[in-house]
Amino acid sequence: MAAPPHTFDRKARFRRAQGVVFYFLFLGAVLVGIVGLVTLLVQILLQGVPWLSWHLLTDYPSRHPEQAGLRAAIFGTVWIMGLTAVLAVPIGVGAAVYLEEYAPRNWFTRILEINISNLAGVPSIVYGLLGLGLFVQIMSLGKTVLAGAMTLTLLVLPIVILASREAVRAVPSTYREAAYALGADQWQVVKGVVLPASAPGILTGTILAMSRAIGEAAPIVVISGLVYLTFVPASPLDRFTALPLQIFNWAARPQEGFRDLAAAGIIVLLVVLLSMNAVSILLRNRYQTKSEE
Amino acid sequence: MDRREVVLKADRLRVWYGSFLAIKDVDFQAKVGMVTALIGPSGCGKSTLLRSFNRMNDLIPSVKIGGSVEFRGRNIYDSSVDPTELRSRIGMVFQKPNPFPKSIFDNVAFGLRVNGYTGDIYEAVERSLRQAALWEEVKDRLNKSAFALSGGQQQRLCIARALAVEPEVVLMDEPASALDPIATLAIEQLIRELSRVYTIVIVTHNMQQAARVSDETAFLMVDDDRAGYLVEHGDTQQIFTNPKDERTEAYITGRFS
Repeated sequence: MAAPPHTFDRKARFRRAQGVVFYFLFLGAVLVGIVGLVTLLVQILLQGVPWLSWHLLTDYPSRHPEQAGLRAAIFGTVWIMGLTAVLAVPIGVGAAVYLEEYAPRNWFTRILEINISNLAGVPSIVYGLLGLGLFVQIMSLGKTVLAGAMTLTLLVLPIVILASREAVRAVPSTYREAAYALGADQWQVVKGVVLPASAPGILTGTILAMSRAIGEAAPIVVISGLVYLTFVPASPLDRFTALPLQIFNWAARPQEGFRDLAAAGIIVLLVVLLSMNAVSILLRNRYQTKSEE
Repeated sequence: MDRREVVLKADRLRVWYGSFLAIKDVDFQAKVGMVTALIGPSGCGKSTLLRSFNRMNDLIPSVKIGGSVEFRGRNIYDSSVDPTELRSRIGMVFQKPNPFPKSIFDNVAFGLRVNGYTGDIYEAVERSLRQAALWEEVKDRLNKSAFALSGGQQQRLCIARALAVEPEVVLMDEPASALDPIATLAIEQLIRELSRVYTIVIVTHNMQQAARVSDETAFLMVDDDRAGYLVEHGDTQQIFTNPKDERTEAYITGRFS
């Protein structure tokens, strides 16, 4: 038997070693993120948990860290989030339905789509300044809950639109065909088939958007600017403060106590955020099983 | 051929997708209370032809139509015809069962609701499910999701859904191709049953099925430019036993497919 015309340098040991190295490299990449997050959480819990108390939730701010509370900030955040959801969901879903179901496939639609994707990446402070100029000054809404909610609406709209579009696009076209074949018109198809089938996905997108909005401090700093508020907003046209702003303010104070208080505030914010998400996920799951069982 | 009244009549029908001609000068007739089968090799435009009978092709932006399709003597591509209204009179059943992600009841009720049915919806749902030979199997779980049904049951549900809006014509696009042999048999029996009340046009790639369920058969072929055209249309018996065209004979005897 003749020798093969080519020889191979298979480097089996080298390749095996290479495999191991990359395994640990990629594992390390995952751990960097997780370790960072866990360290942060542990530090905040250690610092903040001793300061958690009932009066932290029910009291207004104070010059003394032991007496200071988040009442105004919590109410402000609830107001802002509620109003933002009320504004952002119908507008966002409407825009998504237009782009997916109605818009002609032409250059104008494509420009719209590209712009929406880009808007999702604009820094939040830019939205804050836009809100300050447009809603607070030009529209004379003042530094109110409404102006804040409208600003956050602009901020989260691209996220709501993108997520809702994904959800609407994921509805099988066979559902639409079936509905059209029964003599449904376009609105009946959208209302009766497309929206119900995409609702779970839309809800998920909305959760994501709201989670982003609740933690935003930058636009709130610009729109509200208040941290020492001794009343809760009673209408959308009242002034307000919000959790991230209060936390930011406390963290920036020189006194040791306020920094611990800021950690406690972060815990409150996280709890509000997680429970909001939990409620939405429960809602979504209920909707999903209802339509699929 | 039977001299019954013609319900659906295509005259020199041409269908383009963009610049691609998919259907070339097809003349076709479906007569009242008959099952007419469309057979032919893959890609010969059977489904495209079927979908031009209830203007489902309108949903594809690039589609253009030439010639005419008359339904009860009126060109359905006339600008005065509302495709939405037309589709409630010419129903359609698709290749894969496509119930909505809703309850069995709501699936059948959907068409009634969108068309503003003024009668008792529950009664109409029951009537349609009975017509589709599904009532006995689902009457105790009308509020369960349609996805809980088997494939064959889902397809009968889709047929019930189409019948609920009381169409005159039912178009079926390979309605049994995704089903097992037993479910297929049930659908075929149902088609025979329904032909007493409805005019049916059925696309099938299964020639035995065409022979079993249809009264008349139209055979389509595809030319070198991939455009579909009609070769022969006649009584099913004649097409399968004594075809006039040698291409038809070649196809039904399995010399190409």
